[in-house]
Amino acid sequence: MNPTTVGTPTLAFAAAMVVADALLSALLGLGIGRALLVAATRCAVQLLLVGLVLAVAFASASPWLVAGVVAVMFAAAAREIDARQRQRLVGIGGRTLGGAVAVAATLVTVLPALATLGATPWYAPQVVIPLAGIAMGTVMNGVGIALDSFTTLVTRERVAIEARLALGASRVEALRDVRREVMRTGITHIVNQMAAAGLITLPGMMTGQILAGQAPVEAAKAQIFVLLLLAAATGLGVIGVVALAVHRVTDARDRLRLDRLVKAR
Amino acid sequence: MLQLSALARLHVGPVDLAVADGECVSVCGASGAGKSLLLRMIADLDPHTGDAALDGQSCAAMPATAWRARVRYVAAESGWWSEIVADHFAADADVAALLPVLGLPAEAARWPVARLSTGERQRLALLRALGPGVRVLLLDEPTSGLDADNVARVEALLRAQCAAGVAVVLVSHDDAQAARLAARRYRLCDGRLATAGAI
Repeated sequence: MNPTTVGTPTLAFAAAMVVADALLSALLGLGIGRALLVAATRCAVQLLLVGLVLAVAFASASPWLVAGVVAVMFAAAAREIDARQRQRLVGIGGRTLGGAVAVAATLVTVLPALATLGATPWYAPQVVIPLAGIAMGTVMNGVGIALDSFTTLVTRERVAIEARLALGASRVEALRDVRREVMRTGITHIVNQMAAAGLITLPGMMTGQILAGQAPVEAAKAQIFVLLLLAAATGLGVIGVVALAVHRVTDARDRLRLDRLVKAR
Repeated sequence: MLQLSALARLHVGPVDLAVADGECVSVCGASGAGKSLLLRMIADLDPHTGDAALDGQSCAAMPATAWRARVRYVAAESGWWSEIVADHFAADADVAALLPVLGLPAEAARWPVARLSTGERQRLALLRALGPGVRVLLLDEPTSGLDADNVARVEALLRAQCAAGVAVVLVSHDDAQAARLAARRYRLCDGRLATAGAI
């Protein structure tokens, strides 16, 4: 089979289907049409712009340009993590904690992985940018959800946590259940993604590679590599952000310090 | 002996107080006067100035966990972190033997917390705070939701604890109860402890 390319008629068809959804929503008074259209337009514009930027980056192959693109992606992800928080940690680094952990977890996982791929040069934009992007996107979700769940849960469970502290438990013991619950929540989406891969859904990247003419087994191997990388990075990010958040909402005297949380809006 | 020296936080304090082993002192005061805040400071659950000491050993000089293992705070609102009652007690506690002391059946150890009434939770919260190493009990309205029989059981338990050498700082709105239990009674007013009565 020849590689399949997506032409204007194909794009127009997909767009028409979204418009049809919006019309259906308007007819039935469901109220989701505007959100669908805005998101679809935003997605199309963003991806086309990214396509153009990547075309320039791929053509130049400059490590500085690669680093710049990755830095912008990381900054946007860090901002998104902060924007998702219903409560924020006060003090230095309170708003950037999640972003910093997500960036660190992504770098710690992706940089060694690049070495195993053997790309030449190792910073080849065709490898670094997609890999860093997909890893950061997934870690962003895990870290953002985990941090938000943690601050919500620790506030809701204040009485139970303080009851344990009052009985002589350390802050680590008193927050053990909350930490476990939050970590489970943070990695749920990547665990589900791995569990469903191939059986319930064909992952997007693998689908794209097959459509582009790649042999299915090779596409599956690439998809496995990426999913494992995403799982490792997300696990690391969630563990890191929860550990730091526990440290920030407690003090050295094993007290719960909810005064260090403020409502985001 | 529990010794408080210039303990202060927000609008409460500085508070100086000494409570001997086996002694019960009561603290009353208007809502919002800071009675719970005072107990929380003694338990070192909130940042504060001043210090508390047990037998001359400063709270600040020992790990907070060790302090709270000796100086136990029982909040007015009890907290629960596990589904089953027995999970909230120390691993070596004989829960089934402990429960009847406050009128609860021994099998309540296996009950889910969700089936407990407010009064049952209140009594269980007091029972789980007891233990061989406990030297001071800081009790915030321990009988506020209880019927007369259970109030009597709790008071008998507190007398037994005092007889065993445990000091009790009792926050209570019930003047009659304070008169029955406390050797010294205080009122928290404008952040300061004032003597409310002596027996």
